[in-house]
Amino acid sequence: MILLELIELNNVTKRFKNGTEALNDVSLTISKGEFVFIIGHTGCGKSTLVKLIYREEKPTSGEIFVGGVNVAKVRNRKVYKIRRKMGVVFQDFKLLEKLTVYENVAFALEIFGLKSSEIHTKVLKALELVDLKGKAKSYPDQLSGGEKQRVAIARAIVNGPKLLICDEPTGNLDEETSMGIMDVLKNVNAIGTTIIMVSHDTHIVEKMKKRVIELEEGRVKKDYAKGKYKRARV
Amino acid sequence: MRVFRMLGRDIRDAFHSVIRNFSLSLASITCIVITLLIVSISIMLSAVVNNFADNVKKDMTIIAFLDVDITEDRINEMKLELEKLDNIESITFDSKAKIASQMMKDSPVFESILGDYTGDNNPLQDTYLVKVKEVEKIGDTAKKIESIVNVESVQYGAGMVEQLIDVFSTIRTISLGIVGALIIVTIFLISNTIKITIFSRRKEIEIMRLVGASNINIKIPFLFEGIFLGLFGSIIPILATIYGYTYLYDYFGGYISIKTIQLIKPTPFVYYIALLLVAIAVIVGSLGSWRAVKKHLKI
Ligand SMILES: Nc1ncnc2c1ncn2[C@@H]1O[C@H](COP(=O)(O)OP(=O)(O)OP(=O)(O)O)[C@@H](O)[C@H]1O
Ligand SMILES: [Mg+2]
Repeated sequence: MILLELIELNNVTKRFKNGTEALNDVSLTISKGEFVFIIGHTGCGKSTLVKLIYREEKPTSGEIFVGGVNVAKVRNRKVYKIRRKMGVVFQDFKLLEKLTVYENVAFALEIFGLKSSEIHTKVLKALELVDLKGKAKSYPDQLSGGEKQRVAIARAIVNGPKLLICDEPTGNLDEETSMGIMDVLKNVNAIGTTIIMVSHDTHIVEKMKKRVIELEEGRVKKDYAKGKYKRARV
Repeated sequence: MRVFRMLGRDIRDAFHSVIRNFSLSLASITCIVITLLIVSISIMLSAVVNNFADNVKKDMTIIAFLDVDITEDRINEMKLELEKLDNIESITFDSKAKIASQMMKDSPVFESILGDYTGDNNPLQDTYLVKVKEVEKIGDTAKKIESIVNVESVQYGAGMVEQLIDVFSTIRTISLGIVGALIIVTIFLISNTIKITIFSRRKEIEIMRLVGASNINIKIPFLFEGIFLGLFGSIIPILATIYGYTYLYDYFGGYISIKTIQLIKPTPFVYYIALLLVAIAVIVGSLGSWRAVKKHLKI
């Protein structure tokens, strides 16, 4: 059932212009609705892997299917079509300081020319999902790190994407705040959104009991099924 | 509908951006103002000059002064000789008596001088006024007339008129060159202004790409911004053209001193100029921002 596979990587290799081989013959599939962690030591190729999926980078060789489209073959001009079907969240939030929480989330809808009333409904729904409805009028510098990240998540999902990619979303946050973010992501996953999350916080990863793909030097070292991942105790 | 809403937002954002960065935009806007003012002035000037030249040409006359001791028979004979020449529109004879009485009527000074001379004493010369068909050949025609026996000398205004037209056309060429240079400078200035806004909005652009804005989505606001710079710059020149020209027209009552320079009516003339200024502003604005977008928004 190919349709159940939202993402499929076949023999993907990524070599940068300077010769660095970030990924080496990676093959994997991720199904619709899954919650998958990507872990591994620094520089093992985690960010590169997700960049290939949201088509920030192109693979040197191999195929990458996202929702049936080989994104490796999509031209730069057409990348926006892929981006519209997914949300992306980063460690540094990437919020616009001059806009309120509401406007930051609405930003992702305005470019599509939706009616203000439509935008309003969708933004409030997204803010509710990340539990930030009360902060709609605040500016980013009035928010804590965890709240900022929740705004970023709201912006990423406001358009109702099938896939949410998170590159170390808790990298800047303490453990308690991180768990709050994980709760939000669980909720997002519960409404049917596939989630791929890069993390080096093995503590959280173990607690979440989800599928875990471990990379090492650009290769898949181990693919742990749901709940099988145990971090190395020192 | 959707497209209009998107364009509406883009236009609004571009407008805000120009206002927000007004000090930044000022150089570009000033340059457009100067360029368009020069364009407007040279158009008005050349319209006036063309009009003037046309009027002068219509009235191109050679005056042939005849020998003082000429006989009446010879004068009549000469008329036939003149009629034989090419390029002759009409021939009028003005006797010295008629000219003298005309001059005396015009000015008391002449009256006191000429009053003593009558009949054969009249120091003036009989003249033939010859209108030509084609002003370009007036020099040739004048030479032929001069070679007729008993024509003492000829005079025609062409030298002065042609010089004047030459001067004006030189001015026009120079101002065209200045306008061309200014337009290029303006395009670079606008391009630079847009470049700076592109850099100051790098993060916004990055996020736009991330959330799935197409290239056109991203580029259009900057293009509008360039167009707005142009349009803002065209306001002063347009007002100056409309009010300035209308004022001049009213001031001179449609004439400047001599009847040969008749001004063109302000309406719709000034509106045509205004339209042209807007067109130039929009084109220069788009070119400037297009250049910046091409160079600095590589996608
Ligand atoms: N644009 C680039 N040009 C050249 N080399 C790059 C580029 N991006 C990444 N690399 C290299 O590719 C390798 C993998 O980088 P990547 O960012 O995927 O690692 P990572 O697993 O995300 O690390 P971290 O945990 O530190 O974020 C690294 O050696 C990195 O230096
Ligand atoms: Mg990384």
